[in-house]
Amino acid sequence: MYLKSLILAAGLTALASAGLADGHGGTVKVGMITTLSGGGAGLGIDVRDGFLLATKMAGNENLEVVVEDDQRKPEIAVQLADKMIQSDKVDIMTGIIFSNLAMAVIPAATAQGKFYISPNAGPSQLAGKGCHPLYFNVAWQNDNLHEAAGAYANDAGYTNSFILAPNYPAGQDALTGYKRTYGGELAGEIYTKLGQTDYAAEIAQIRASGADSVFFFLPGGMGISFLKQYAGSGVDIPVVGPAFSFDQGILQAVGEAALGVKNTSQWNKDLDVPANATFVEAFQAEYGRLPSLYASQGYDAANLILSAMETADVKDADAFRTALAAAEFDSVRGDFKFGTNQHPVQDYYVREVIKEGDVFTNKIIGASLEDHVDAYAAECSY
Amino acid sequence: MSTLLLIEQILNGLQFGVMLFLMAAGLTLIFGVMGLINLAHGSLYMVGAFAAAAVAGATGSFLLALIASLIAAAAAGAIIELAVIRRLYDRDHLDQVLATFALILIFSEGTRWLFGSFPLYLDIPSALAGPVTLPGGIQYPAYRLLIIVIGGVIALGLFQLIARTRIGIQIRAGESDREMIAALGVDISRLYTIVFALGAALAGLAGALVGALQSVQVGMGEPVLILAFVVIVIGGIGSIKGAFVGALLVGLTDTLGKVLLPGLFGAFMEPAAATAVGSSLASMAIYILMAAVLLFRPTGLYGSA
Repeated sequence: MYLKSLILAAGLTALASAGLADGHGGTVKVGMITTLSGGGAGLGIDVRDGFLLATKMAGNENLEVVVEDDQRKPEIAVQLADKMIQSDKVDIMTGIIFSNLAMAVIPAATAQGKFYISPNAGPSQLAGKGCHPLYFNVAWQNDNLHEAAGAYANDAGYTNSFILAPNYPAGQDALTGYKRTYGGELAGEIYTKLGQTDYAAEIAQIRASGADSVFFFLPGGMGISFLKQYAGSGVDIPVVGPAFSFDQGILQAVGEAALGVKNTSQWNKDLDVPANATFVEAFQAEYGRLPSLYASQGYDAANLILSAMETADVKDADAFRTALAAAEFDSVRGDFKFGTNQHPVQDYYVREVIKEGDVFTNKIIGASLEDHVDAYAAECSY
Repeated sequence: MSTLLLIEQILNGLQFGVMLFLMAAGLTLIFGVMGLINLAHGSLYMVGAFAAAAVAGATGSFLLALIASLIAAAAAGAIIELAVIRRLYDRDHLDQVLATFALILIFSEGTRWLFGSFPLYLDIPSALAGPVTLPGGIQYPAYRLLIIVIGGVIALGLFQLIARTRIGIQIRAGESDREMIAALGVDISRLYTIVFALGAALAGLAGALVGALQSVQVGMGEPVLILAFVVIVIGGIGSIKGAFVGALLVGLTDTLGKVLLPGLFGAFMEPAAATAVGSSLASMAIYILMAAVLLFRPTGLYGSA
């Protein structure tokens, strides 16, 4: 009897102290849904590793992270989001890599009062008319790297580009983005099948087109296939692309075929910013590989959340939102600020693929766009 | 479009078709002889590619890599036949689809566990890296020509095997009446294992040959598997000859479709719209071909009723 009441008392005390901790409101629970298996898993793993590295380095015990794998399937991402919102009771969500998954999850999550910090996907719908006060994108709007590639093509004096991308929304956005900044003629424009792995037919058309440059957006394995086949075909027209086909995870599989190719990115490991040097060194020490741009985006997303936690309580949505929008953190990209639609206003760079020892990687060779605002910002009003 | 470009594109279509044949041959043999729908065939293609990439990385020899792909895929095929597939012959197709789909998941995650999530590096040997000049001045990649030749030789070899050897007779007998050849004293379970391993080896070789052109990554087999099913449906299930003709038809239709259709629509439409409509229709071309073939020959080109 005595024992029983003691246990009861202990239990009640534990409950009370748990309640007290909640009352403080200091803890922030982040739900990360990202792609950790299937094709495209490398991207999600990098975002997760970059994010967790930043939380580990900050050592802030009030930040709790739940990670789940969406398998690159929208229906699974939606289920996971429901679970995180309803049973895990997360405050902030992040992690989605692919735009089709983002469109399935983000509008529903923000409508239920959750913050969403996108570390990668930046579909145009969410940057323009569909923007939301609780939605922030810490990476880029989808069109940005392609716009940077178009601007680079102008600077390099190209006047006759051959452009190709897969036939799906992000592919169409890519070609639109390139054409938005590129001022020359088009020698040809091709939409390939999504998931296509053989580009012999397209390469033959490029050879016959008389183009002076080739722009392509073929993410993941498609880009590896294209570059290897392009190098083997003997066509020597210079190639330009967004960083997605030249990130650290992919380059080793492309090998020599990528050497010397110019690509555009908002980040590179040699960007001369103190926070970046710390990040690159810590990432290598922790995981034994070089970070990719995805890892840098995950790292920045975590630091953005940590910076907002310093000044505001997540339960006070207005204050927390103001703290996020201020973006008072040391970004690995140096200067970083949000535009009116809470997407980055940032610089874009041109990189070249080089070989350092045995490792293929990128080096910044110049600027492409400065303080670039995405094309949809004007359509956004809260 | 110039004639030279057209000839080059026809070669591209042939090369694509020959690669599909290597996949489809195994699939059609396994379906024809054992009546089994093997969704895991794409996984065997992936096993071949990963084995080749690992061996090429360790030894630097492309020839050894090809041999490794044959051995690894055949071994993987024999193991899954003995451990799993054997129990499925008498079950209905739904059970087979479920079990072999499970095998896809096991192979994919197992491969990720062993090799990681990032694509592996496998390149064509430097001797075959550049283009060669064909009669008429066509520049064509040497490696792709080699794939056409290898595929042709293997097709010829398979025809001979099926038509002239003892095992070929048993395979043909197995296709027409399974119970009867068991009753005649042929060791049917050994025959099944051999056929399955042979099909797996061909898929593995295709994976290694194509892996050098494309990317070696988890999940690379499934898109090819779908095309291989289209090929065997067009060619007639169980027929090697059908698989060969079907593969070439699919390869040529797909390649020429995506080259010619946008231009065709461009003749009477806005360029941007023509590109969009042409590309969409080109992705459908092989399925339209399949539907057309089935309309006139419900059992496929060389299928027996």
